[in-house]
Amino acid sequence: MSTKPGKIIELDSKALRDKLSNLAKREGIHQWDLGAACSKDSSVQVDRGEAKQLKGAQRSSITVRVWNNKGLVGITSTSDLSDIGLEKALIGAHQASDFGNANDIPAFSPLAKAPLPNLDRPLRPAQGISRLLELLKQAEAELLSRHPAIQTVPYNALGETNSERIYLNSDGALRQMKRTDACIYLYARAEEDGRKPRSAGAVRLAVGSQDLDIKGCIDEAAELTISHLNYGPIDTGRYLVCFTPEAFLDLIGAFSSIFNARSILDGVSLSQRDSLGSSIAVPFFSLYDNGLHPANVGASTFDGEGTPTQKLCLINQGRLENFLHSEATARAFGVAPTGHAGLGAKVSVGPDWFEVSSTETHNSTINKLDHNSSQETFVLIDGLNALHAGVKASQGSFSLPFSGWLLKKGEKISIEAATVAGDIRTLLNNIEHMESEQVITHNGLCPHVWINGLSISGEA
Amino acid sequence: MALKEESFDSNWQPKLESLLWRGRTAGADLIEIFLENTDHLGVLAEQDTITSVNPSFSRGAGIRVFLGERDGFVSTNDLSESGLNLALEQALSMLGLQPNEADYSSFDGLPKLRDFAIAKIQWLNSCPQLKQASERLLYGTNLLDNYGTHLQVRRGSYARDWQEVLVAASDGTYARDIRLNQSMGLNVLATDGQHRSSIGRRYGTSGRPEELLEWDAETCAREVCESAGTMLYADYVEAGQMPVVLANRFGGVIFHEACGHLLETTQIERGTTPFSEKLNQPIAHEAVTAIDEGLTDGAFGSFCMDDEGMEAQRTVLIENGVLKRFISDRAGELRTGHKRTGSGRRQAHTFAAASRMRNTYIAAGPHTPDGLISSIERGLYCKSMGGGSVGPTGQFNFAVEEGYLIEQGALSKPLKGATLIGEAKEVMPRISMCANDLELAAGFCGSVSGNIFVTVGQPHIKVDSITVGGR
Repeated sequence: MSTKPGKIIELDSKALRDKLSNLAKREGIHQWDLGAACSKDSSVQVDRGEAKQLKGAQRSSITVRVWNNKGLVGITSTSDLSDIGLEKALIGAHQASDFGNANDIPAFSPLAKAPLPNLDRPLRPAQGISRLLELLKQAEAELLSRHPAIQTVPYNALGETNSERIYLNSDGALRQMKRTDACIYLYARAEEDGRKPRSAGAVRLAVGSQDLDIKGCIDEAAELTISHLNYGPIDTGRYLVCFTPEAFLDLIGAFSSIFNARSILDGVSLSQRDSLGSSIAVPFFSLYDNGLHPANVGASTFDGEGTPTQKLCLINQGRLENFLHSEATARAFGVAPTGHAGLGAKVSVGPDWFEVSSTETHNSTINKLDHNSSQETFVLIDGLNALHAGVKASQGSFSLPFSGWLLKKGEKISIEAATVAGDIRTLLNNIEHMESEQVITHNGLCPHVWINGLSISGEA
Repeated sequence: MALKEESFDSNWQPKLESLLWRGRTAGADLIEIFLENTDHLGVLAEQDTITSVNPSFSRGAGIRVFLGERDGFVSTNDLSESGLNLALEQALSMLGLQPNEADYSSFDGLPKLRDFAIAKIQWLNSCPQLKQASERLLYGTNLLDNYGTHLQVRRGSYARDWQEVLVAASDGTYARDIRLNQSMGLNVLATDGQHRSSIGRRYGTSGRPEELLEWDAETCAREVCESAGTMLYADYVEAGQMPVVLANRFGGVIFHEACGHLLETTQIERGTTPFSEKLNQPIAHEAVTAIDEGLTDGAFGSFCMDDEGMEAQRTVLIENGVLKRFISDRAGELRTGHKRTGSGRRQAHTFAAASRMRNTYIAAGPHTPDGLISSIERGLYCKSMGGGSVGPTGQFNFAVEEGYLIEQGALSKPLKGATLIGEAKEVMPRISMCANDLELAAGFCGSVSGNIFVTVGQPHIKVDSITVGGR
């Protein structure tokens, strides 16, 4: 690792490996691995034409994992990549290994040296704070000009990051990748005389700030905010509901423990070890995890254990097809790691980027269900809120505030305040229809998804 | 295990003065440097095994430069002289400033250090060793096994966060503190066929190194098991508008989310609080007096000084329903005119401080808890709350972890799946009764300056009418 004034902190994998090797030899440690990351971020926020806060950050982190003479594993993490920091981390991990779990010992991934997939992503140069500020001021002004009721854009930011990540181990594995990404979000607040304030917004991601679809972000934020000005209460009851791709992906993500082998082994998943092959959704519903999708801005070619990222079918035509695995869970299930691991003494497992698809055979009844043209009475949910509080993943239930509209014969009225509640297993089996167009979002790829009979609680 | 970093001792003063001087020569109105050492330990016990031990330590600085009402903030893990100078120059350049080292007159140097840390140097070493912590957690998961039935998962967790901070600013702020926050808890997943319930309890303190060893694991395990057993077969709540009674302790999350956030000056700056022009006007029922403070001994949100070097205070927010004060930090005072309240807080050096709550609670009233319940013909008793959030228009929501139907003034069957939703402006005037059993509970609050330790609290309170979401 080298720190040079005026330049981004860069990870020197060879120096890092040499230092760790020497330290490990000195401490009598024969097996170790580490994950390291560093990044440089810049971001701006504005308030009615003025810079509000300008931020920059240089971050670094390292996690060292050590196997002791009994084969038990310990870890330590630090932001200090100096020689002293590295030494402390290695010694700390060695001490922690005395408390390693003998019943669940992680090993190196058997795929940590396997060829990596090709990920064709350019590294985009940073534009710098001044340019970001200029762009965000313009974006804010444009959004404010779209409607007299839009008086502020209280939540806004434009940022760019370049980062680097390494995985290496004492067995000679070395993974390294660099990435750039950028993000803009604009959340506007609109208020009309005698009416409650309403808020909505949009987000865009790209590999560089020069690639961001800022106009699209403004258009979407304006359109959504204006569409919520005409609002009213909704009666409590059961409704035909259409989830936008963003909302449906948020819901699936909140229940991803269904596919998570770590959660299954821990007993907190709705699935069991023998659930593969069982029917959990309507037969035209399929779900993949595909961190390598070209639209996934945060794509990485390897996971925390160095396993290559891959596209994995989780639900195939309604049936559970695969689980997400780390090295340890894969070994417990007798399969290969899938590239979804973190790095730890107890390795976490998580999804990358979902693709939801349909093999539905269309007929005249379901063809009526198009969120743009349907004459049915239905609720269109475009955003779920407070997922951390309203989702009980281990129970399958959810009760979530949402933003959306009630549509009656094509007339669209924003819903003032309401929650949607249900059970994910029932929901997946009650999918009425999936529209044909798959929409790219920053969380994944998904069509609009229709569910019948969902419970909505309103204030009417 | 203690991986203590090199302390921020007197050797730092010349380096800090040099940075502050350089910042002032550039024409900045104010430069603030926040230095931080942290040492974290997380331990997880599952069933009868320690399954995860996560030690970590970090070191870094956050440099904030003010010019007029604007500010630039840069954080770095590089505490070398060159690293800090680079961060300062970046922060200055964000505001179009450059050091002018020919100017020697712009900074007088730092005063004597206000050292709140001096009596706390041994805190980290006085915390339980990893072996003790592990044994304590396994004792807890064993108690769960003794007291519970149908338990598929038994977990105990412990987190120890030690933090040394030093704040130096060109207005003469120069102070150091050590904080120690520890939390411990038990949670279970109970299953019986298709019935499932998950219940947890978490406790947290500040500044009490021995706390884990003194923690009442017996009571915690009994409560968790009792609630899990009760909720396992609970019916789903019927949605609607109804009166509710919120239990004391963590029931205070309703005030924290629904109203507390709207009294932070960051919300005034954004124009997202309905209370910005309501100072000295009624915003709540006259039964409500609400306080935010950082002084209660051992409370999770207590500290000697905030993350801008200002000593903690007691701030009466609402008195008998009338708004008396906002929660303010340095930027909040600059941009809104509301005086600082010792509430500038941040998760770590990677965040600029913002106006944030500390120990926030509704004061005790004259009633008994039974008196509140008996005043309701049909409603909901919320014994235990889950998490919640507040949106940009002041709309809040909370999950009810453990609820009971109130029928004819008494508790009846358990109910699950309830969410309380509403708006502070409408709900605060409906808190009509406060009981005499104020208690506090530790929690975490995530907002603009990261996740911080807080306390919520209240006595039992009655809300005359609120929307309950359910099935």
